[in-house]
Amino acid sequence: MRKNKGWMMLLTMLLITSLLAACSSGGGSSQAGEEISTDPADIKGEITVLTQRTDIVDTVFKDYAAEFNKEYPDVKVNFQALADYEGQVKIRMSTKDYGDVLMIPTSVPIADIPDFFEPLGTYDELKDKYTAIEERMVDGQVYGIPTVITFSGIIYNKQVFKDAGIMEVPKTPEQFQAALQLIKDNTDAVPLYTNYASGWALTQWESDLPTVAGSVDYVNVDQPNTDENFVPGQPHYELYKVLYDAAKNGLIEKDPTTTDWESSKADLAKGKIATMALGSWAITQIQGMTDTPDNIGFLPFPTNASEVVVPLSADYNIGMNVNSENKPAAKAWIDWFLAKSNYAVEQGGGMDADKNAELPPILDQYKDVKFSTLTPAKEGQEGLVDKIDNEGEIGLWQPDFKKRIIEAGIGNRKESYDDIMKDLNDKWVKARAELTK
Amino acid sequence: MKYLKLSNWGYSAQRIFIICAFSTIPLALLFTFAYLPVINMFKYSFTDWNGYSKRFDYVGFENYTRIFSDPEYFKVFIVSLYYFVATFLQMGLALYFATILSFKVRGKNFFKGILFFPYLLNGVAIGFIFLFFFKPDGTLDMLMHAVGLGQYTQLWLGNPNIINVSLAGASVWRYMGFNFIIFLGAISSIPKDVYEASDIDGANRWQRFRHIILPSITRILQLNLILAISGAISAFDIPYIMTDGSNGSMTFVIQTVHLAFKYGKLGLASAMAVVLLMIVILVTLVQRVTMKGEE
Repeated sequence: MRKNKGWMMLLTMLLITSLLAACSSGGGSSQAGEEISTDPADIKGEITVLTQRTDIVDTVFKDYAAEFNKEYPDVKVNFQALADYEGQVKIRMSTKDYGDVLMIPTSVPIADIPDFFEPLGTYDELKDKYTAIEERMVDGQVYGIPTVITFSGIIYNKQVFKDAGIMEVPKTPEQFQAALQLIKDNTDAVPLYTNYASGWALTQWESDLPTVAGSVDYVNVDQPNTDENFVPGQPHYELYKVLYDAAKNGLIEKDPTTTDWESSKADLAKGKIATMALGSWAITQIQGMTDTPDNIGFLPFPTNASEVVVPLSADYNIGMNVNSENKPAAKAWIDWFLAKSNYAVEQGGGMDADKNAELPPILDQYKDVKFSTLTPAKEGQEGLVDKIDNEGEIGLWQPDFKKRIIEAGIGNRKESYDDIMKDLNDKWVKARAELTK
Repeated sequence: MKYLKLSNWGYSAQRIFIICAFSTIPLALLFTFAYLPVINMFKYSFTDWNGYSKRFDYVGFENYTRIFSDPEYFKVFIVSLYYFVATFLQMGLALYFATILSFKVRGKNFFKGILFFPYLLNGVAIGFIFLFFFKPDGTLDMLMHAVGLGQYTQLWLGNPNIINVSLAGASVWRYMGFNFIIFLGAISSIPKDVYEASDIDGANRWQRFRHIILPSITRILQLNLILAISGAISAFDIPYIMTDGSNGSMTFVIQTVHLAFKYGKLGLASAMAVVLLMIVILVTLVQRVTMKGEE
């Protein structure tokens, strides 16, 4: 027994020290970029790649690694797929251990990116090679390159349109409402499915703002410099009016509060739903659920603008952990992945970030439509829209006010559409004044 | 070397050492996972931290002035009233079942199990169960059609006048088991001979409940009431999972979570959490004082 007591003491001490040690983890500081050699023979090491694609991490990604090893035999690539990517990476980023290569979480404020990610090159070096690299750029350094370039608009079921007797693809908001009404009158399909309950699906509407504005300048250049963001005639007002009118006229699902995203994809594929506002990334997923994938079509968001502009935007950006111990290998993987994997087209349902990429066949009917990336913010105004948005608690990319609009539309709220818009505009004006004083 | 061996120390020294050594781990755990986060929360409530940055500024009481000067932030407590009212229904039901099951009943343990079961379920699972339950043409509507109440079906979550009643109902179903088990424990601690004496006096079940059970468990009743009221003020999991606070079901905690993680205002959200903590402490104190006065 006596001996045991001594052991107990030792064990207790050990436990305490290990406990304390486990709790202390220092914050990483950014290191200066090292000289990166690009010769495949020189590059060795083991890297970990984080991905959000739990569905293909053990199949497609394994094949990528095998292909990659043909060029870089001394690099071992491990993958970790995270189901709740955004949430889990955010927590891991408070330590140094968040893989060597990862998708930059969209919620990291732009200004904080240099604390966590290694620059991949300057804007001037990369601008001729890749599309949409402005989004994650700080002081002329590019920290992330889009893995997929997607475009946004309305995804619809062509058969339902035909059954409803819609001859021409609707182009303006009026034509669109009329088409939805025809669908309600002539078919059993839900004219416009909002996916209210999932929340995030409502944020897809915001990416159609440039189409309504008819200009690629509006979002980053015009918007942060105007006090009239949500007033009648302005893009935001017109954009969400489409949603409000559809809700008010009973052209959405019966009870939006109990919608289900997974089954909505199958319902659109089967013709139980006529339209949804989504990004192109959803097209391949929906087509995969039907034997007649040609029935699934894409139409640019209805607009009164003189020119139809469909915005190209970046899906997750691929970036490099600033604390990585194998930066050359990580860089090699990023370059290989973007140039040779064909991930964007085959898995991402969009196109390559490569400037020379071609438009996918589903867009063949839109030769007159302009596909373009957004104009970046003016110097000194980078991230200003996000700052105003957060300060005013408006939530351009959050579902909250879209839910309010639907609730008002179906009569669950006393406020009118104009009340909501006025409230949002007041918040915008106040927050903008706060930030630009 | 001699002093390294514990058995060479005096008895009281050994005792002090052992007490300290054994309380170190629980204290360290308590400090790391309970007090440190709270201390940090107080610290963040005076900053404009966005949750990511390595830099943040101290802004003094700005977050607090913002909360108290904007009625938007407090409006949501109206929703808590629904949960508060439901609390009494929940305790009443729990007390009723606990009393019945403390008498001789056939299948007693089976019913105990059934009543306590919901509390063991994960909140997320319950959220999803009730989503299907309240869906148009879901379980509840089917049930009502089956018993001939079809014309009274509603959009249980779609109608803003009913949504909080529906959610509070789900909450009652979930937490009643917890109240029930505590009441049951308290009731079974009442000595058997008291019942026997009342039997001889010819007391019926209601009289037994009124004059024996109720007075014996007043303390427990008060405790449960305090727990239930602070639970109503900080209602979170059921509405968060089922509706994410939409359609008029927003509670104070959901609003705090939204501010912290949707709008990157961790400082402001921390201040709101501190305010909520204060309110709960205040309510508990007021209750304790008023209940003491009754004795």
